[in-house]
Amino acid sequence: MIAADPTLIGPSVNWFALSPMLVLLGAAMVLLVVGALTPRWPRHLYALFASAAGLAAMILCLFLWHDITTGGPRTLVGNALRFDIFSMIITITITGSVVLVAFVTDDYLRREELEGPEVYALYLLAAIGGIVMGSANDLIVLFLGLEIMSIAFYVMAASHRKRIESQESGIKYFILGGFSSAFFLYGIAMVYGSAGSTNYSNIVATFNANVPAVRHDAFILAGVGLLIVGLGFKAAAVPFHFWTPDVYQGAPTPVTSFMASVGKVAAFGAMLRVLIFALPHWRDDYRPIVWAIAVLTVVVGSTMAVVQTNVKRMLAFSSVSHAGFILIGVEAAAHRAGQPDAGDGVPAALLYMLLYSVLVIGTFAVVTMVARTGDSATELSAFRGLGKSHPMVAVAMTVLLLAQAGVPLTSGFVAKFGVIQAAVEEHSYAIAIIAMVASVIAAFLYLRIMVSMWVTEPDSGDAGREPIRVPLWTGVALALSVGFTLAIGLYPSWLIDATKAAVAAK
Amino acid sequence: MISFPILTMLVLVPTVGSILVAAFSNRRPEWVKLIGLLTSVLTGALSIWVVAAFDKSNGDFQFVSMHPWIKPWGISWHLGIDGISLFLVLLTGVLFPLVIAGTDPHHDHKRYLAWMLLLEAGLMGSFISLDLFLFFVFFEIVLVPMYFLIAGWGYEGRVYAATKFFLFTLVGSAFMLVGIIATAFLAKGNGPLTFDLIEIAKADFAPATGRWLFFAFAVAFAVKVPIFPLHTWLPDAHTQAPTGGSVILAGVMLKLGTYGLLRFGVYLFPEAARWSRSLWLTLAVIGIIYGAIAATMQKDLKRLVAYSSVAHLGFIVLGIFAMTTQSISGGVMQNINHGVSTGALFLLVGMIYERRHTRQISELKGLQKVAPIFAGVFMVVMLSSIGVPGLNGFVGEYLVLIGSFLTARWWTVVAATGVILAALYLLWAYQRVFHGEPDEANKGFAELKVREAAVLLPLVGVIVFTGLYPKPMLDRIEPSVKKLIEHVSEKTSYVEAQPTGATP
Repeated sequence: MIAADPTLIGPSVNWFALSPMLVLLGAAMVLLVVGALTPRWPRHLYALFASAAGLAAMILCLFLWHDITTGGPRTLVGNALRFDIFSMIITITITGSVVLVAFVTDDYLRREELEGPEVYALYLLAAIGGIVMGSANDLIVLFLGLEIMSIAFYVMAASHRKRIESQESGIKYFILGGFSSAFFLYGIAMVYGSAGSTNYSNIVATFNANVPAVRHDAFILAGVGLLIVGLGFKAAAVPFHFWTPDVYQGAPTPVTSFMASVGKVAAFGAMLRVLIFALPHWRDDYRPIVWAIAVLTVVVGSTMAVVQTNVKRMLAFSSVSHAGFILIGVEAAAHRAGQPDAGDGVPAALLYMLLYSVLVIGTFAVVTMVARTGDSATELSAFRGLGKSHPMVAVAMTVLLLAQAGVPLTSGFVAKFGVIQAAVEEHSYAIAIIAMVASVIAAFLYLRIMVSMWVTEPDSGDAGREPIRVPLWTGVALALSVGFTLAIGLYPSWLIDATKAAVAAK
Repeated sequence: MISFPILTMLVLVPTVGSILVAAFSNRRPEWVKLIGLLTSVLTGALSIWVVAAFDKSNGDFQFVSMHPWIKPWGISWHLGIDGISLFLVLLTGVLFPLVIAGTDPHHDHKRYLAWMLLLEAGLMGSFISLDLFLFFVFFEIVLVPMYFLIAGWGYEGRVYAATKFFLFTLVGSAFMLVGIIATAFLAKGNGPLTFDLIEIAKADFAPATGRWLFFAFAVAFAVKVPIFPLHTWLPDAHTQAPTGGSVILAGVMLKLGTYGLLRFGVYLFPEAARWSRSLWLTLAVIGIIYGAIAATMQKDLKRLVAYSSVAHLGFIVLGIFAMTTQSISGGVMQNINHGVSTGALFLLVGMIYERRHTRQISELKGLQKVAPIFAGVFMVVMLSSIGVPGLNGFVGEYLVLIGSFLTARWWTVVAATGVILAALYLLWAYQRVFHGEPDEANKGFAELKVREAAVLLPLVGVIVFTGLYPKPMLDRIEPSVKKLIEHVSEKTSYVEAQPTGATP
């Protein structure tokens, strides 16, 4: 019995610092256990419960933020997790996404007659996984977070029991995700073999002491490469993006938005931690790789998005291209990895993730409404005439699409400007120009959707379909995300300052 | 000092008007139209006030307002106006009420007006921004309303034309955005990051760096002007846009390009502008000749006017890169003249289309017989566009040509033939459309209506007044141009060539 072993002293635990995760975990357990034992809860209650948990976790983060700015960043649970502004930003982004997606999911599940607590419990669990990934200070802990999140994702993707596409999507994601986890695990093993530890702090300490000896160690280089593969898969970076369009298209639409927001945030949070904070000694080795992946991701994502005819696939590729923009922030950060002045790369990437999450959830909220019962009307033609039949929804969608295209006075522009500025600051002019030109290609895609909504007449095949309904809570989520998009477009200073604190407080 | 933030109001009034219009119920179109018109008239009045209160002895920025906006990135709401932007603001302020009063979108007035007013706010903002970031924001934001105006209220090929217009400009902006950021970082040295135009202009760039940066900016502006060979979006966009859209596009939006070249290109990177001047002069002259020849070939009256813009804008670019006080003043003036005369031409072509539902020159005939006043107005506007002495077009073109002759002799010689070509294509078109006996279809061509006359009268007034008495305008433009040239001399040891003979 381990518990009876007197020589084993557990680490001291700062429960308050873990409270956001604990709240989410508690709520997930309540939903799973109590939800299974009690008869169907009244309308909206599952969703309200889940979003209340998300909101509570978010508010706790604000208290913790204050704690960190006064007490300084620390590590938790025996060096396993990092307790700093970076973690807080990741946590706030993820919990905010949970709140918004839960609103949309509520109406969605009722329409599809799938009501139940399970999806919300999965959201909360995936959120915990994502938060762990973003705050891990140990590769094994990171892997645990990755698996918690991924397994929840696989189930979520397949959760629409009546649609065969949803199940196909779940299986595809599961098989490919399993592959990528294997790569990732192998990468951990190699890094461990080289550094003698999986803990970030120990890895940095080891290499600080022994860099010259292991400079050209193929072992560690292969390890870094495999870690990039594993995280690149979760982040949907080219060439590890092949699952994205199929999975995004098949998964229930709110789940798609959850994967596009939380999944990306967690993957990039982990990537920044691993590459920039744990492996700064190898920055000159992995930076060209990140550069190449970033360029491929923006270009392929934008170009492939343009040739799609299904809006969910378009947005899947557009999310790939956005991942490329975040990678540009990572590349910029890689220039300064390990230096006392961390530059603007990390804050810019964090800002991009946060703003994109809100944008993408809003966009998919509209897609959810337009897709109608059965979640199948997602071709471009289904959007025709939306400007006439539902002007407010069309206006909201237009704002969100313009933001995704990076038009000024929206949050999308602030996000793009941030990463491009970070890249230019590090003199990565080529990547900045390639990305901006690729974003012009992507703009064509958003224009296509807008033209469909505003200019063309309703599709003749649309007459047989039920009318588009705008349920209350989906509307609220949409309004929140549009409001946020415009507010940040007009007044981004406070958020920029907040993300800068992620590196300043080191 | 007056503290009334008049420049901020120039942006704010149309924005608020646009929001009001958008919020209004669709069931009361007359209220919507009234609000739209009143807003644009108010903005116009504000712009006239700015011109009246402008101190003409001062070549610096006036009415400056400065507030920090995005502090962590060193971005501020910095507005100011000088002789180079003054009349562009006036042109914007005056053209919009005329367009709103004088053109009919035929459907969905509410959205049309909302986009129009937003467009006005964006254009005003672009002309008075003294912060690179702020300028970029306005420069980009104008694309959205213009895109929707063309795509929503245009003719047959409107979606294609609107998309082409949007994407062409966006490619240019992509380079400019990187250029802007790079400029700010390279200019800051060890100081704090700033996007302030005046601060950045103090910096010296290494020649090679400055050239790269200059080209990043110049590509965006060259698309907007448009400078040959980046002009291919223009004929489509102009032809497919609704009349109001074409007037604003030709009258004001193209000026963003020439204005930008002067304000940001030449001002920030004088060395690079001087170094690459042969390229720009050559492209300008090609544009003049090519635009004129292409216009001659057109069968569609609107397309003809569109190509004539390529030629006319070539003169402005020539003036800018010849870099003498006269040539640049002429270019700045020609910005306005072209806006007025081409704006009026597009209005007239729009009126012809309203009556005949065609823009094909071959289907129009003998209109002079049935609508003499209409033909008379058309004649005056057209002559102004050709540059006949006594009308505004002459003053600008003449200044450009004599100013350029000192520093860019052979380019000027070739460009001068463009004046003759302009007479050729416009007079030929006039002859085909207005002369002869009207056939059955053209017999019923209606005379100029009171409302149409009221819209055209101010423009014709400006054409004649500026042509006869350009001094008030030149007096306000020249001090700022002199300042710009001084700035260039300071940075590049450039000595402006002095004319030996008399000046006009």
